[in-house]
Amino acid sequence: MLEFPRWKNILVIAMLLFSVLYALPNLFPQDPAVQIIANRGHLVDAAFKERVQGALEKQKVPFKSIEQVRDELLVRLPNPDTQLKAADALRTELGDDYTAALNLATTVPGWLKAIGGNPMQLGLDLRGGVHFLMEVDEAAVLDKRMGAFVDDIRSSIRSNSIRGADVNRSATGITVHVARADDAAKLSGVIANDIPQLDMKTSADGTTLTGTLKPAELKNINDGAIEQNIGTLRNRINQLGVAEPIIQRQGASRIVVELPGVQDTAQAKKVLGATATLEYRADVGTPQTAAEAAATGAVPPDAKLYFMHEMGPDGKPIPVLLSKKVIVSGDQLDSAASSTDSQSGTPSVDVTLNNIGARRMEEFTTDNVGRKMGVVYIERTPETKVVDGKEVRTVHITEDVINDATIQGVFGKRFQTTGLASLKEASDLALLLRAGALAAPVDIVEQRVIGPSLGQDNIDAGKRAIIIGFLSVCVLMIFYYRLFGVISVLSLFANLLLLTAVLSLINATMTMPGIAGIVLTLGMAIDGNVLIIERIREELRNGNTPVASIKAGYERAWTVILDSNVAKLIAGVALLAFGSGPVKGFAVVLLIGVLTSMFTSVTVSRAMATLVYGGGKKIKKVSVGGGF
Amino acid sequence: MEFFNPNSNVNFMGIRRYTVSISVILMLVSIVSLATRGLNFGLDFTGGSEVEVAFAQPTEQRDVVVALEKAGFEGAMVQRFDTKNFSIRLRPSEGGESAKQQAADESGVDARNNAITARVQKALDGSGHPAKLKPSVFVGPQVGKELATNGIVAVIVVLSGIMIYIAIRFEWRFAAATVLTEIHDVIITLGFFSVTGIEFDLTVLAAVLAVDGYSVNDTIVVFDRVRELFRSARKDGPLEILNRAVNNTLSRTIMTSLATMLTVVSLYFFGGPTLHGFSLALIVGIIIGTLSSIFFACPMLHIFGVSKQDLMPKVRDEAELARRP
Repeated sequence: MLEFPRWKNILVIAMLLFSVLYALPNLFPQDPAVQIIANRGHLVDAAFKERVQGALEKQKVPFKSIEQVRDELLVRLPNPDTQLKAADALRTELGDDYTAALNLATTVPGWLKAIGGNPMQLGLDLRGGVHFLMEVDEAAVLDKRMGAFVDDIRSSIRSNSIRGADVNRSATGITVHVARADDAAKLSGVIANDIPQLDMKTSADGTTLTGTLKPAELKNINDGAIEQNIGTLRNRINQLGVAEPIIQRQGASRIVVELPGVQDTAQAKKVLGATATLEYRADVGTPQTAAEAAATGAVPPDAKLYFMHEMGPDGKPIPVLLSKKVIVSGDQLDSAASSTDSQSGTPSVDVTLNNIGARRMEEFTTDNVGRKMGVVYIERTPETKVVDGKEVRTVHITEDVINDATIQGVFGKRFQTTGLASLKEASDLALLLRAGALAAPVDIVEQRVIGPSLGQDNIDAGKRAIIIGFLSVCVLMIFYYRLFGVISVLSLFANLLLLTAVLSLINATMTMPGIAGIVLTLGMAIDGNVLIIERIREELRNGNTPVASIKAGYERAWTVILDSNVAKLIAGVALLAFGSGPVKGFAVVLLIGVLTSMFTSVTVSRAMATLVYGGGKKIKKVSVGGGF
Repeated sequence: MEFFNPNSNVNFMGIRRYTVSISVILMLVSIVSLATRGLNFGLDFTGGSEVEVAFAQPTEQRDVVVALEKAGFEGAMVQRFDTKNFSIRLRPSEGGESAKQQAADESGVDARNNAITARVQKALDGSGHPAKLKPSVFVGPQVGKELATNGIVAVIVVLSGIMIYIAIRFEWRFAAATVLTEIHDVIITLGFFSVTGIEFDLTVLAAVLAVDGYSVNDTIVVFDRVRELFRSARKDGPLEILNRAVNNTLSRTIMTSLATMLTVVSLYFFGGPTLHGFSLALIVGIIIGTLSSIFFACPMLHIFGVSKQDLMPKVRDEAELARRP
């Protein structure tokens, strides 16, 4: 008698339910939408909603609905054409106060979303957009860092009164010539203590020191440059108004930036290529005078009105009055790192200035202990606007005060900003300081533009290929293997569902190579069923009873299914490890497809076979085709 | 119905001299072609630019090529979407010098793109085919080099990973034969792309690796049967057993290949132009992989001299015996 353990039946049913439930969201179409996000100091409320509605009606742009989702407004539109029109109309109407981004809004019902059901994201090749691959100029980053070390060594030479010393940058590091060998030994000790990042070697005659960067430090510097760039890119892309941008590190020195829906590469590149600087300025106001200046617009002649990066308790930006005179600017800053203050134990940021900056900071702090000093973060984005039919180049400048702290004592080269609320705040501040100071130049090494219509063509082609591929396998299997062919095809369909469900659940991004992976998986997954059915046929041919043949077929085919799938897994893992971009998407689908197919072709199909031939029925024939 | 007589006993091993010779010849042709002609690497690997061109009137592909050649573009690849729309691919060297003259506030990519677009525009305007241009892809040469290196590393990792797994699950002779079969499949698939000059891009490389996985799968199914027959057979010699294993699994080999082929062919015809190279590599790879598992893998196993003694699960039996009270 053919039997199948009850727990396995339950498992199969549970897995099928799971698959249907989580594959389901992909069936709901996505609405083209415009997402409106309020910039600082502006609110999204009922009045704003009416304003948006009014603007759309005035421009006669038809829309499906306008809904408020948390702090954002989502305008759903009937098609991509009206989406573009609506975005244009809203951008003109709302200006710089709000950001209007193109997006796709899901129509998945709330209950399904509540249990985590989401459709697969569409990759750039399926929805259009621009793709950049940026490379951080490691040589320039390193050069800047080594330059700072040279400065440091010079100041050590001065403070230790070493005579006749000469410091130079060499191709591989730093060389120091010292007149006397005992001075060289002393200097070497000082450097080892002050600049642990350098490996110092003394020449045979004892008068030349050569310093090279430690390999671990080199990696640190590169990692820092990448991390800083990703951080600043993220900030800037938010300004660009792109929904769901992808900003990822790739390899040692590259960053992938994908902007769905964007078609204008020039504007995108200008925003990505913005330059940032820092300025330390004296705070010349009090909260009262600053608030007054912000309210009336009457700013004292020696001051300038700025706003803090963070919001105040009332949800509005905090005004600050800073001196027009700059104490230290970003190019005089050597490093900024978050840490914990050893005295108070609160999160803090350690800043190191170069020698010029140190002198100016010392001069300023000597006279101003107890007063406040602010740090302004300035970003310049070149913009091209068309005014009266002519292209006008302007620079869009955003200025934020990222920190405003009381000077506790006289300091110069090294100082600490303490009393920050959290470690995250400290690391954010350090990141912004570095972004404004240690600009690591990035080059665009790859650029692709995918038009929106091409994306839709690709989706249609992909769907067609999946459906036709699946149906032709169905016809072949049912024609050749009869009832067992039907069972195979049903378990293949279960595989398609399970694969879709898993991909949706892990938030995979579907791309064209990913679709190719699904189609190929369908073809290869049937192998498990073919192996089983061929085995059953063989057992029948050897004169075994139908029930024994089915049993033996499933059991004896299992080892070979396992072995052959492990081989596929090895190939998939290698693809995942060494592939980039599109190849990765293919590899993920292939890997998950192999795993799901092992379950469906063996367990699911066996449950079905038991359903048909089990339960104590007397079986004379097994429908596997081939005259049995 | 059955496509094959279940008791068929085609003497595959008997014709092994011919089949292996054909395989070796195909491999040699592929290697020679790869060494002399090389592969027609796509933009992904070489770096360069792609420009989309929309003509006002229907235009012949040859006219576009001629116009570009006249203007001094070397190695420009013209692809036709429909009668009016083309894409032109240019190697990275094009437009290098004029790039430097571009305004300083534009990035290098823009400068190069603009220079190239301007030159192509000039070439096409000069030939009397007014067209609108749109730069669509730019890939830096360094990116391509790294991809190529990674691809080679990936192939080596796949081969050695599979070899280790089979050596553990089967025996070293099987591992060696499988890997030889794999190398055979990969080289001939690459050879096909070299001889035909069809563009070899990143997705084709992914397909070649997938084919690797697929064809190992085929070989393992045959070898699994070889192992089983060796263990159960009493008196048959290795040649008979190898032959029987291929015959026994023949129906399955063909059915799976057919099913996979159907999906891949549907990908080729309906999956759109982006997947052409990819699905073609899969089609070729699956044909080669199927044939090699029938005609090439077992002869290799025979050359390595596999025998019944190598496959008896001795160690486990002794261990089990020892455990018995």
